Amino acid sequence: MQPTVDLKRQTTAVGTRKQWKLKGTWQLHTMLLPALAIVFIFQYIPMFGLVMAFQDYEPWLGFLHSPWVGLEHFKTMFEYEDARQVIWNTLVISTLKIIFNLAVPLAFALLLNEIYVMKFKRTVQTIVYLPHFLSWVILGGILIDILSPEGGMVNRVLTALFGIEPIFFLGDNDWFRTVVVVTDIWKECGFNTIVFLAALTSINPSLYEAAIVDGANRWQQTIYITLPSMLPIIIVVGTLSLGNILNAGFDQILNLYNPLVYKTGDIIDTYVYRVGLLNGDFSYATAVGLFKSIISFILVVIGYRLAYKYANYKIF
Amino acid sequence: MYHHYQKSLSYKIFTIFNYTFLTVAALLCILPLIHILAVSFSGSAAATANLVGFWPVDFTLDAYEKTIGNENFLRSLWNSFLRVVLGTAISMAVMLCAAYPLSKSDKAFRGRKIYMWFFVFTMLFHGGLVPTYMVVTKLGLTDTIWALILPSAVSSFNLILLVNFFRTSVPKSLEEAALMDGANHFTIFWKIYLPISVPAIATISLFTMVFHWNSWFDGMIYMSDVKHYPLSTFLQTIIVQQDFTKMSVDAETLQNLSERTVKAAQIFIAALPMLIVYPFVQKFFVKGIVLGAEKE
Repeated sequence: MQPTVDLKRQTTAVGTRKQWKLKGTWQLHTMLLPALAIVFIFQYIPMFGLVMAFQDYEPWLGFLHSPWVGLEHFKTMFEYEDARQVIWNTLVISTLKIIFNLAVPLAFALLLNEIYVMKFKRTVQTIVYLPHFLSWVILGGILIDILSPEGGMVNRVLTALFGIEPIFFLGDNDWFRTVVVVTDIWKECGFNTIVFLAALTSINPSLYEAAIVDGANRWQQTIYITLPSMLPIIIVVGTLSLGNILNAGFDQILNLYNPLVYKTGDIIDTYVYRVGLLNGDFSYATAVGLFKSIISFILVVIGYRLAYKYANYKIF
Repeated sequence: MYHHYQKSLSYKIFTIFNYTFLTVAALLCILPLIHILAVSFSGSAAATANLVGFWPVDFTLDAYEKTIGNENFLRSLWNSFLRVVLGTAISMAVMLCAAYPLSKSDKAFRGRKIYMWFFVFTMLFHGGLVPTYMVVTKLGLTDTIWALILPSAVSSFNLILLVNFFRTSVPKSLEEAALMDGANHFTIFWKIYLPISVPAIATISLFTMVFHWNSWFDGMIYMSDVKHYPLSTFLQTIIVQQDFTKMSVDAETLQNLSERTVKAAQIFIAALPMLIVYPFVQKFFVKGIVLGAEKE
């Protein structure tokens, strides 16, 4: 294992290398150990903890002695009006986000691609990436201030331009989902253009040259060359976002919602947090979380399969 | 870069629209922050009366003085700093050590595939909030900085990025030569892989630092005492939740905390590190994203 030992053994090059490989793998396993331990403790042990979902878990009884209740909590979940509303809210918000977070950045990338003044292009890019780097706590603080019905910037502008009465964006069930979707696009749109811009630069220029010879205008080039060339990356982004259908944005909603808008804005993750950690109903909350994990798992696997099948995408 | 189609009238009209649209989009991304900055430098009365737009009214540093004078704020700033430094160092050390063996070929390192799936599976399935919370609690990590560092120390996504980087960027011939000279894996890792991978290490370190600076939820559920809150959690409590019950402060500090200008100053201070570093790191992020999206 020590270099000196190996040097002595260097009789023939091939023989040494074989020996070295056998000797060397223990080092490889050792190097993996810390990462394996951390992932096992903080990712895999919680998976075993999911048995709670089938028990009436009591902290003083532990996993071994808490009574088993089978699928009781799952039944409760589907019968309970609150839970059904929460699942519905999650689906509505996440579906809207998935659609717009694909379409808006794609359009944005196409528009940026038509800019030939590089300084302008780079400045716009840098500025629109900004909100991505700020956390929802900071953005939440900003949004609460500028969306406030009592003289928030947005309401002041709306009143000045259109004479509308101030709107309580974060406290009105008619508005809350719109605000959630729009602010999410606002935060991520710029950053989501990156993959599309990268794909745009890899399109073969000779395709465009041929089209120009044929007399195609820019719009026709976009429809017949650019978009078909982008199809693989659009498929990858679209199919991979399938797994997010039950992720409506925990960080964002926890920082924007309040009891006034639970009806339209409460999602599975925020519900699990309130019921489980704040009310201490561990088992029921775990059941709701498990329901989400299983559906997400199936959708992620389907998403990866589709991405592999139609766009030859592999994670590793 | 001048094309024939650019001469047409319709394309010229489109170009005017395009520049206008992109300028407006960029303004929408930056103006809210400028407004907050203007409020933070304004007089308290002007801010409360909604007189501030994008330029301070009755310019004063009062809000910043009050923020800096609040020991809760300073302590949480220190906690965040500690978390970013320690968290990133540990995370990088553990992930780099793991990425090295995983970057070997299946032939050179039997079992690589199994290990790889061990990590990837965590990207597909989660134990969920409550069981994870119970593991961290049972281990007695609550109210220590380890609760903020260890659970997230290995990010499978970043690990895969590092593995892919090792696989594509380290010349195999160099490694073979070192093997011939009798170097062991630790030496090859330390003397060849790490020096070559400085750009990748910088990129993933920045990912991790941004993650730690912005994280707030773990601080909220694992820290019972406001003394241990990182800055993000502290701000979440006083600005978003507007919950002052956990803070044992006198009436004057409480009054200060609820002032609009002070809130704006705190938001701006929390955003400042990101504002300073992100123009430099964005190109690394772009690389990372592209690396993750379209691999060999």
